[in-house]
Amino acid sequence: MNLTLSVNGTSHQVDVEPETPLLWVLRDTIGLTGTKYGCGIAQCGACMVHIDGQAVKSCNVNAAAAVGKRITTIEGLSPDSSHPVQKAWLEHTVPQCGYCQSGQIMSAAALLQRAPNPTDRQIDDAMSENLCRCGTYLQIREAIHAAAKLGRS
Amino acid sequence: MDKIDLSRRAFIRTAVAAGGGMVLGFNIPATRDAAAATVQPELWKPPAGGVEVNAWLTIDADGVVTIRVPHTEMGQGGMTSVAQLVAEELDVPWEKVRAVLADANRHVTRGNEYKDMSTGGSNLVRNRHPHIMQAGASARERLREAAARKWGVDRAQVTAKQGVLTAGANRGTYGEFATAAAQIALPQEPKIKAYGDWWLLGKDVPRMDVAPKVNGSAIYPIDVRVPGMVYAAVRACPVPGGRLKSFDFAAVKARPGVIAAIELKQSKANLGNSDMRSAIAVVADSFYRAKVALDLMPIEWDLGPGAQNSYAAMDAQARDLMDKEAKHAEEVRGDPRPLLASPGGKVVTGSYARPYETHAPMSPPAAVANVTAERVDVWSFTQNVAATLLLAADQAGRSPKDVFVHGTFQGGAFGQGNAVDITRQAVELSKQLGKPVKVIWTREEDTAQARSRPPIWARFQAVLGADGLPTAMLSRAVGETFNPAYADRGIANMPYNVPHFRYERHVVPTNIPVGPNRAPGNNANGFTIEQYVDELALAGGWDPLEWRIKMTEGNERWQRVLLKLKEVSGFTTKLPRGQGMGIAVVESHGSTVGVCATVEVTRRGQLSVEKILVVTNSGYVINPRAANEQVYGCVAWELSHTLQGGLDLREGRFRNTNFDGYKLTRMADMPPVESVYAMSQDGWWGGFGETAGPPTPPAIANAIFFATGKRIRSTPILQHNLSWA
Ligand code: FES
Ligand code: FES
Repeated sequence: MNLTLSVNGTSHQVDVEPETPLLWVLRDTIGLTGTKYGCGIAQCGACMVHIDGQAVKSCNVNAAAAVGKRITTIEGLSPDSSHPVQKAWLEHTVPQCGYCQSGQIMSAAALLQRAPNPTDRQIDDAMSENLCRCGTYLQIREAIHAAAKLGRS
Repeated sequence: MDKIDLSRRAFIRTAVAAGGGMVLGFNIPATRDAAAATVQPELWKPPAGGVEVNAWLTIDADGVVTIRVPHTEMGQGGMTSVAQLVAEELDVPWEKVRAVLADANRHVTRGNEYKDMSTGGSNLVRNRHPHIMQAGASARERLREAAARKWGVDRAQVTAKQGVLTAGANRGTYGEFATAAAQIALPQEPKIKAYGDWWLLGKDVPRMDVAPKVNGSAIYPIDVRVPGMVYAAVRACPVPGGRLKSFDFAAVKARPGVIAAIELKQSKANLGNSDMRSAIAVVADSFYRAKVALDLMPIEWDLGPGAQNSYAAMDAQARDLMDKEAKHAEEVRGDPRPLLASPGGKVVTGSYARPYETHAPMSPPAAVANVTAERVDVWSFTQNVAATLLLAADQAGRSPKDVFVHGTFQGGAFGQGNAVDITRQAVELSKQLGKPVKVIWTREEDTAQARSRPPIWARFQAVLGADGLPTAMLSRAVGETFNPAYADRGIANMPYNVPHFRYERHVVPTNIPVGPNRAPGNNANGFTIEQYVDELALAGGWDPLEWRIKMTEGNERWQRVLLKLKEVSGFTTKLPRGQGMGIAVVESHGSTVGVCATVEVTRRGQLSVEKILVVTNSGYVINPRAANEQVYGCVAWELSHTLQGGLDLREGRFRNTNFDGYKLTRMADMPPVESVYAMSQDGWWGGFGETAGPPTPPAIANAIFFATGKRIRSTPILQHNLSWA
């Protein structure tokens, strides 16, 4: 079935079953592999994207439900890694293996959109959607506070 | 899309130029349409933009040094470590250093040119630094010799510093002399630098692999796309040891995009770690279509005798065995049994257990293989590209010289990348289909088929002397059939000076294959011995920290850690009920690491880990910042298995194969971690990538004891009732 998806400001015609999870359409059909598969059951956050500005697990949204929405992936967050969250991530060398980090960054960017100066409690709540097996949580927390400062300046 | 792709390429260039950057060992997608982005197989070729001084490095005209890293980058900072070790000897400005992944085909076909491409056991820095530094030193001496010959002076008069060669009024860059240096044979290779002579090692260096990991451009095996590629979802027999009986492809054949169902035959009667198990693959034009078809396809298995196995049965057997003397016994010193049996002695007993755990690297294993008439190209989940190359050659029935294993980042590995059969699966499917194939394991398949971390059980008995210290101790651990030696680590070689110590080991049978998992053996055993030590100390009227100091007298590396813990932790057993501090020390991978955990437990039993302090003695540290990152990661790793984790084995298979049932530490559970160093600098090097894990569980359990009066004898801790009155 042909669906039209708007991803990072570009419109894509895709031929997939309507129930295909958006995650696999992004990765295999459109070729945006920055969005990762970690569990497929909305538990790990590796597949986090923004849909109309909200952080959403793309393994948990089917393609048909994403039609007509504004989808942003890690590749579309900024053209040059200049989003305050990306800058803070670089500065604090947050990623280890890096596999969870697209999802972490998308969650953090959505959090800062809602709460430009988040408390530790707000960070805990928002970021507990994302697993990191390498255990970069402490650096993530620091980097989110740093990104909040960058966002204000 | 144009804009994003072009600027992303520009960013990578900028990041490189901005210093300490990296060049990836594979092509960054450079096409204008991301949908067509592919990673092209590429033959290793001599460097285009620089001169190869030796296998490890090239120098270009601008003085940029590109270092070839033979080891896997799986988040531990391996690329940066190798580059730092070489740059130290070569003596070049760090901003001029780049890193690429070395070529496995070259290594294998040229007599193991990089010596060893395996990446594990926390070996990279501690055990490989001599030959890695040698590569830099040998290149530097050839540059000096080349300059000496040109200038007609003695090599001793030529200084090589920060990429510049000088002798009196003569001056030249490394780049100018690189070609000449590459031709020079030295009568004798130089010695590597001693600790006191370092200028770069020991300094904080930001890891080089970070930039592509913040914008989605880092490529992992699961991301590799090759023209004409098809996708496979595989399922091995859910009960390890069982075999495929039948499957009904006709039932799913007509589904969209479905191409084939292919049986993967078990390669040997008794499987080694990377041999192929009996499995079925469904191939389609997208992974999701393959996965759905596999889920819907009727499959019958001959589950085999493993289907009788359960953790409950293993646990019952193990507890029974711990009452009996074992055949495998080592008297480490003396024989404790007469003292333990003598009437009137104060005997202290403690037993503990840890269940199966899994690696669950954030990227489930994936592999791409392209078997053609000319060559075999592979991108795979691995911690050793050279070993993977040989596996692929074997499975394809081809000469290793025609096999190319391409470097990618790994989305975590933690030991699992040493022992996995996904490479063989991908090669076999590509061979049969005549097309490039990408195999992805679902999370459920990963947990079911990973070589798991084994369970262990241990019971200790000791008798106390008049001073409250043990005079005799008997340890009885129980391991499992696949790798019983994991039950030994950290117990058989415990450093406490008990005059009579005997160590015994039993084995219980199982159908679950096991493999290394971040600090194998020690990760489970720290929990047993280091809690028992607290029980012993308290029974003898000793403070647990003072007991450890007393019982390791004369052991410099342990003393250094314990005295540092005493100095910085504020450890006390005198906190009010509901609060507790716990100490534990474990030696693994050459490092001695102490942890002090601080916890709070509410009356109703709600646990919160307030702080973890880690004191590491690894002898030396080359990059304190990156080492700290490993310390935090190790703590998070063991926190997962201490508090939650635990695989539920029933009817020969794990029941909790995804993160809804196998729970791991999340942001809200992560306590602050402080990392402190107490380095012996005595010529001995220890590891960093896995050593802060093992002392974390017992330190937490010991802290819970002081907070609640309850001794925690198994994990996951959150399954215990921690309430107190
Ligand atoms: S893959 Fe979507 S939450 Fe894990
Ligand atoms: S950085 Fe490896 S899983 Fe988060």
